[in-house]
Amino acid sequence: MGTDANTQASIQPPARLTGAEIVWATLVGEGVTDVFGYPGGAILPVYDALRKFPIHHTLVRHEQGAAHMADGYSRASGKVGVCIATSGPGATNLVTGIATAMLDSIPIVCITGNVSSKVLGSDAFQEVDITGITLPVTKHNILVNRTEDIAPALRCAFQIAKSARPGPVLVDITKDAQQGTAIFDFEAAKPRPHRIHPMRSVEAYGLEQAAELIRNAKRPVILAGHGIIESGAEEQVRTLAERTQTPVALTLLGLGAFPASHPLNLGMMGMHGESWVNHAIQDADLLIACGMRFDDRVTGAVSTYATKAKKIHIEVDPAEVNKIIKVDVALIGDLREVLESLLPQIGSRDGSAWLQTIDGIKGASAVRDIKNLPDSGHLYAAHVMHDIWRITGGNAIIVSDVGQHQMWEAQYYHHETPRSLITSGGLGTMGFSLPAAIGAKTACPEKEVWVIAGDGGFQMTACELATIAQEGIKINIAIINNGYLGMVRQWQEFFYERNYEATPMISPDFVKLADAHSIAGLTVRTRGEVEEAVNTARSAPGAFLLNFKVEKEDAVYPMIAVGSALHEMIRRPEAVDSGK
Amino acid sequence: MLHTFVAYVEDLPGVLTRVASLFRRLNINIKSLTVGSSERDGLSRMTVVAEASAEAGHRIQASLYKLENVVNVDDIAQAPSVTRELALIKVAATPRTRSQVFELVEVFRARIVDLAPESLTIEMTGVESKIEGLIQVLNEGEGRVLEICRSGKLTMRRGHHTSGVLKAMSIAADEDAEVVEIGLGEQE
Repeated sequence: MGTDANTQASIQPPARLTGAEIVWATLVGEGVTDVFGYPGGAILPVYDALRKFPIHHTLVRHEQGAAHMADGYSRASGKVGVCIATSGPGATNLVTGIATAMLDSIPIVCITGNVSSKVLGSDAFQEVDITGITLPVTKHNILVNRTEDIAPALRCAFQIAKSARPGPVLVDITKDAQQGTAIFDFEAAKPRPHRIHPMRSVEAYGLEQAAELIRNAKRPVILAGHGIIESGAEEQVRTLAERTQTPVALTLLGLGAFPASHPLNLGMMGMHGESWVNHAIQDADLLIACGMRFDDRVTGAVSTYATKAKKIHIEVDPAEVNKIIKVDVALIGDLREVLESLLPQIGSRDGSAWLQTIDGIKGASAVRDIKNLPDSGHLYAAHVMHDIWRITGGNAIIVSDVGQHQMWEAQYYHHETPRSLITSGGLGTMGFSLPAAIGAKTACPEKEVWVIAGDGGFQMTACELATIAQEGIKINIAIINNGYLGMVRQWQEFFYERNYEATPMISPDFVKLADAHSIAGLTVRTRGEVEEAVNTARSAPGAFLLNFKVEKEDAVYPMIAVGSALHEMIRRPEAVDSGK
Repeated sequence: MLHTFVAYVEDLPGVLTRVASLFRRLNINIKSLTVGSSERDGLSRMTVVAEASAEAGHRIQASLYKLENVVNVDDIAQAPSVTRELALIKVAATPRTRSQVFELVEVFRARIVDLAPESLTIEMTGVESKIEGLIQVLNEGEGRVLEICRSGKLTMRRGHHTSGVLKAMSIAADEDAEVVEIGLGEQE
């Protein structure tokens, strides 16, 4: 929370303010410094009051972008992201962004205006039942139609968004509530402490059982998920791994939760995870799941998943326990707290035999890796990712979109620190990256931020280039341009007899498109040009777009087909399968 | 198996939708649902009967608790409990055929609550199977069944005091002896 005179002045309680002023005063009180939004009739009173408050507003080009920006802001900083839209289409345009945040448990607060309470439900101009529409994709939503309820509703929204398993909360405020006046008292509007989920329980017995399973395990694997980052349990997971010499497999959203360069890091698990990671999981006798939810993209066919392993699930949401995979011990609570209670019961053990076995499974896969092949004149996405990682020293925030490039990024950019990868994992929202990167850069202006997007996903939200230009922010954009909706094409290649229906894509000249927004750009066609291009982008004073024309029909390997077991992987054809 | 969830929820607009929407999302059909006021001001008591696998019970209960307006949930299908259902049944009956219906009503310990020249209305309270038994014999009789209105299952654990609500609310009650509010809820 800011301490400048402005901030203090704006929340001097208690004072009689308009509802619109109360919105901003409450946000200031909650420590909000940036919001992303788009004005319109039903939210105009709120916009009219903005100039009195020390909050920076980023004007987006489409409300979906506003929700993704709030999301990217939150993922980069750990704070609650805030977006604002008007009623009707403004509100419905938020929905994809809200659902994206919901599936990945990201705390955002969405504020929408609505028509006056007197005409609610009358199909008034730009009226839509947004609390009804967003009911299944928000953690909670609140319709406010009285000025005096605005501050408590917003404070409650922030609390719900952040508590336990985070998620998006929408507050819909009628226009008359914005225009009315009420006494604003920030302290009095404080919600009661959030109720702890009654089924959250970590009993001493459970901790003992877990400790015993860990003691007796010969082939343990830690499954590290996004919950580690949300809970801030990186140190505890690392201690657990190091003390017990247990290798760590990561989910897509878990990348960065455990350092990629750590000797115990196996890499990413699941559909496009490395073969040795999935083989290790299948051969394990104990899985310690930390803040992950056994998504279908990481389990493969459930009936064949890690059948030899006992399973410990440490999870904050009781509804996730035994949902997909039946576990032997469930410790339901905040991951960091649970691990802090568990660690004193765990001693060091020698894991060398199991680690050697995994090294054996790994075999010589590394030397057959595409990034290590000699330059044949072709440009593969793997080269681009690897070079961006090398040149940025792994210190950038990478915001990836959805599709093949997302998986290549996960495979070839090695994340050392939490919040260095921002990507839509659960919903898989194409078009996420460009707006989410704007949010990330706004939250962390001192950080180097890269967008990595496919040619398809980029065009879904390309209008936000104008937002970048207007805000004058420095973001580097790498488009992995293969002229196809690549991941869909890959599925057509593997499972639909190469019937490339509706996947070839003719795109605009992205460099010219950037130029139209006064953003510089370059097209890169060969491997030899990559390094210089990346350096040019990094040293350019403003945003920079790199259009990488990569191999058109490359596929992401390895791949587990839907319905197959984790160890039944499709491997890159020219590589000898060393994993079996 | 048949689950019976007893949920205490905040008495606010839209809360029923949230609860019902959760079952819809899980593709579970609600067999019966009763909602009414409870022993606590501001809290409604819901009894939801739904067919789902035995394992699904835990997830439904855990998911219900994730709704901000839900205060307490109890899955009492397997517990010793008192269960009742109320039914109103309107039967076509003329002065000539009434006496047969009267006999059945007597046997089932039901009551006639309305009598008109062409029809009569029966009130019946009991367990589900007993109500279905009455409906069956009425259907087999001379008088045509015109309308049936059933309350759905009302159920309560046996014993002295088994509701977890007071416990769930004790923290709130300590803080504020008079007003019972859990969060802000919504005001639709």
